[in-house]
Amino acid sequence: MNKQDYRGVFVFVEQKNKEIENVSLELIGEGKKLAQELKQKVTAVVLGKGVKEIEKLGYYGADNIIYVENQDLDIYMTEPYTKALKEVIEDKKPEIVLFGATAIGRDVAPRLAGRIHTGLTADCTKLEINEENSDLMMTRPAFGGNIMATIECPDHRPQMATVRPGVMQKEEKDTTKKVEIEKFAVDIEEKDKTYEILEVVEEKSNKIDIQEANILVSGGRGVGNSDNFSLLEETAQILGGVVSSSRAAVDSDWMPKEVQVGQTGKTVRPDLYIACGISGAIQHLAGMEESEFIVAINKDETAPIFESSDVGIVGDLNKVIPALNEELKKIEKEKESL
Amino acid sequence: MNYNLTEEQKLLKKLYKEFTVNEVEPIAAEIDEEERFPAETVEKMKNNGMLGIPFPKKYGGQGGDILAYIMLVEELSKACGTTGVVLSAHTSLCCGPIYEFGTEDQKQKYLVPLAKGEKLGAFGLTEANAGTDAAGQQTKAVLDGDHYILNGSKIFITNAANADVFIVLAMTDKSKGTRGISAFIVEKEYEGFTIGKKELKMGIKGSATCELIFENVKVPKENILGKEGKGFSIAMKTLDGGRIGIAAQALGLAQGAIDEAVKYVKERKQFGRPISKFQNTQFQLADMQTKVDAARLLVYRAAFNKDSRIPYSNEAAMAKLFASETAMEVTNKAVQLHGGYGYTREYPVERMMRDAKITEIYEGTSEVMKMVVSANML
Amino acid sequence: MKIIVCIKQVPDTTEVRLNPETGTLIREGVPSIINPDDKCGLEAALVLKDKYDAHVTVLTMGPPQADFALKEALAMGADEAILMTDRAFAGADTWSTSLTLAKALEKMEYDLIIAGRQAIDGDTAQVGPELAEHLQIPHVSYVEALEKDEKSLILKRRFENGYHKVKVKTPCLITTLSEMNRPRYMKVGLIYDAHREKEIKKLTFDDLDIKKEEIGLKGSPTKVKKSFTKGAKTAGKLYKDLDEKEAAKLIVEKLKEKFII
Repeated sequence: MNKQDYRGVFVFVEQKNKEIENVSLELIGEGKKLAQELKQKVTAVVLGKGVKEIEKLGYYGADNIIYVENQDLDIYMTEPYTKALKEVIEDKKPEIVLFGATAIGRDVAPRLAGRIHTGLTADCTKLEINEENSDLMMTRPAFGGNIMATIECPDHRPQMATVRPGVMQKEEKDTTKKVEIEKFAVDIEEKDKTYEILEVVEEKSNKIDIQEANILVSGGRGVGNSDNFSLLEETAQILGGVVSSSRAAVDSDWMPKEVQVGQTGKTVRPDLYIACGISGAIQHLAGMEESEFIVAINKDETAPIFESSDVGIVGDLNKVIPALNEELKKIEKEKESL
Repeated sequence: MNYNLTEEQKLLKKLYKEFTVNEVEPIAAEIDEEERFPAETVEKMKNNGMLGIPFPKKYGGQGGDILAYIMLVEELSKACGTTGVVLSAHTSLCCGPIYEFGTEDQKQKYLVPLAKGEKLGAFGLTEANAGTDAAGQQTKAVLDGDHYILNGSKIFITNAANADVFIVLAMTDKSKGTRGISAFIVEKEYEGFTIGKKELKMGIKGSATCELIFENVKVPKENILGKEGKGFSIAMKTLDGGRIGIAAQALGLAQGAIDEAVKYVKERKQFGRPISKFQNTQFQLADMQTKVDAARLLVYRAAFNKDSRIPYSNEAAMAKLFASETAMEVTNKAVQLHGGYGYTREYPVERMMRDAKITEIYEGTSEVMKMVVSANML
Repeated sequence: MKIIVCIKQVPDTTEVRLNPETGTLIREGVPSIINPDDKCGLEAALVLKDKYDAHVTVLTMGPPQADFALKEALAMGADEAILMTDRAFAGADTWSTSLTLAKALEKMEYDLIIAGRQAIDGDTAQVGPELAEHLQIPHVSYVEALEKDEKSLILKRRFENGYHKVKVKTPCLITTLSEMNRPRYMKVGLIYDAHREKEIKKLTFDDLDIKKEEIGLKGSPTKVKKSFTKGAKTAGKLYKDLDEKEAAKLIVEKLKEKFII
């Protein structure tokens, strides 16, 4: 295998119900940066049938688009996806392939890495090009989020990575960028359907995905019970944000798992993160420390959250939040009367 | 002399700790508050083979030893004194004598379900007029054909309201003094046998301590444990084993109190710093832990002796004497270290202190322990 | 039914603390446990054992002290335990680890291989799928529930906003989530059996059909360039003695400064 033969940054584009997932757009943004450093191009690879708005991939920075359109790729299944991607990679020989670290990405990427005998790095939060040898440097949390490790794949190609959603930046949408869609055919046979999907069940929550929100009002053990979360709901409503929580609140059944922020929950980087009654254990910080502005309210002045917050208030959230809501309502009223 | 736990004991300890943290600790305050028997815990203990650890598999036990069993009593007691004594009374005071003195038939009929945890055991020796002076038994058992007719009453019987099988001591021949006392296996269903009022106690409130009342209770003659007249000796030997269990309970209470105190003093701030920074606090904790470690060695030694089939009565007495007095001292200090909060039910240490007191009294008061130890010396 | 459960002994990373002065990890006193996702996988296997009399083997690749984790698994009810241990296996990334495991498993009989989704130290979630690929058997990951249906399994496969109900024929591999169940306690009697009756089978490099360069550190396509602890984010200002009205006014002021409101 000659490393020189491998060129290009490929991004596996995830689609659900024929709609392109946000994480893929983030990866195209990141992939573009890497490609530019390598003086190469970034290609988006889509698998599916009747996928909507594929041109969007160009608007968000893809230089090329490869579309493997096949009815058997409409709903995700491990083997058909692995087979299709292998054929694309063998044909195009990309140097780097990026996947979202999602329930799909973290399933197909290792199967694929095993098939084509290459290295795969999981859940990356930072990607850089090594100036000396142009290898990809993949940094990711390990040991439960307690350390960061930088990984390289020196002798195998392509270098593969699954990338944590919510961390990389999308490019600005530019609808003038028109990119040609290259169709790529893959034959999916019966034997490739190594399991049978009996039922597809969607559990839609009415709330906005916390990873898409710009403002998060987050509650932890200090909130005390599920009723007190209504105080945070009010704050979120006035600010136009969403309520999230730490693992403690989810374990106590005060909030659903979808709004859990942390190492075993979701990673968020909103413009504003208000941490109420959250101690700031390292597993929680791992999920929100990249937030633009962090305000923390906690009774305990030694709480670790204060080491990572921009503004720290030592106080009882059950008193401070209602007072805050009052102040915010006053401002709303002032705005309306203008 | 190896002071280290074997790999097997380490794994047992891991199980005990996980079980205690997940099942016992969360309801310990409630058990005390509501004065209720931890039935759900006992059911789970049964499912994990915890109610017959030191008995052979052929008798429904786990094939373990006394040390493994009392390590469990210790661990449970760190969170809940009630749960510790429920296990101890059942294992040492009921299963124990049937195992040591019972016939093969009695073992099959009673020990097997007891060791499996399908039945709970209790031990009835103490009477209104026979406490430390246990020889003054007034409960009578008279042989009449195929049965002994039992009349009399017992007080302060641990597990009484929840037990199915009772070891009961009664006078079969008053003229022979202590050699006229016999031991019987009594089932709670026997006609004429009733459980009397439940005592309202200072501590171990979840353990039902009640009277046993016998009115012409017919006990089948094959239910006599050992021979007629051997009852007192059986009772004394049973209590020797029971003392190791109580010593383990005291040990657990003491260690649990220290662990709580250590947590608290690191959090509590006065005069601008956590009180753990003050030398008084540090020195107190050092004294407490040293004494508890010493108690642990005494307790484990007594268990080791019993397992090795060498005399252990003296060692058991020392262990109970020292562990119970240490538990009282340490839990008292733990409350003190908590300050005002330690006196409230928001923290567990006041319960631990209330639970600890009884360990200086039951299954032989500290005074009796001193009688045993000095008798061995003089 | 023959089930092989792959488990890993890991430090309990939720108990690891950072030394605030040196910025390094404090690893002493951190207990070793069976990886939580694996333990749930083992529980799933034991449920099948209870229901269908399945035979459960636990297997781990690790240092000699990993046998403590195997004994715990036996004490939960597993029938057999295998320890794969050898210096040659060390330093392996997920490719090498999964290949080494595959070389051992290819010689064994199984209907189902269970692996936990992700280990709390490596955090990759890659070994399960890569192992299935080496063995050339189908796999389903993120399994939340499982039922047996003759020679197939009916699985609930979790996605972010829903799930698939999937039917897969055995032999196959699944990776399990800790949301799946609550693992049972060990039984006292089984702890004794694990130490007195059962023998843990040991497999070393010589037992496998593979060359040294293909596994361990040498065989790993990915290499760790460096690892470091995240420096603590520098703390902002801490306000201690404000009453709730003052605190509220302060927060609003700060939000205005940042153009959030």
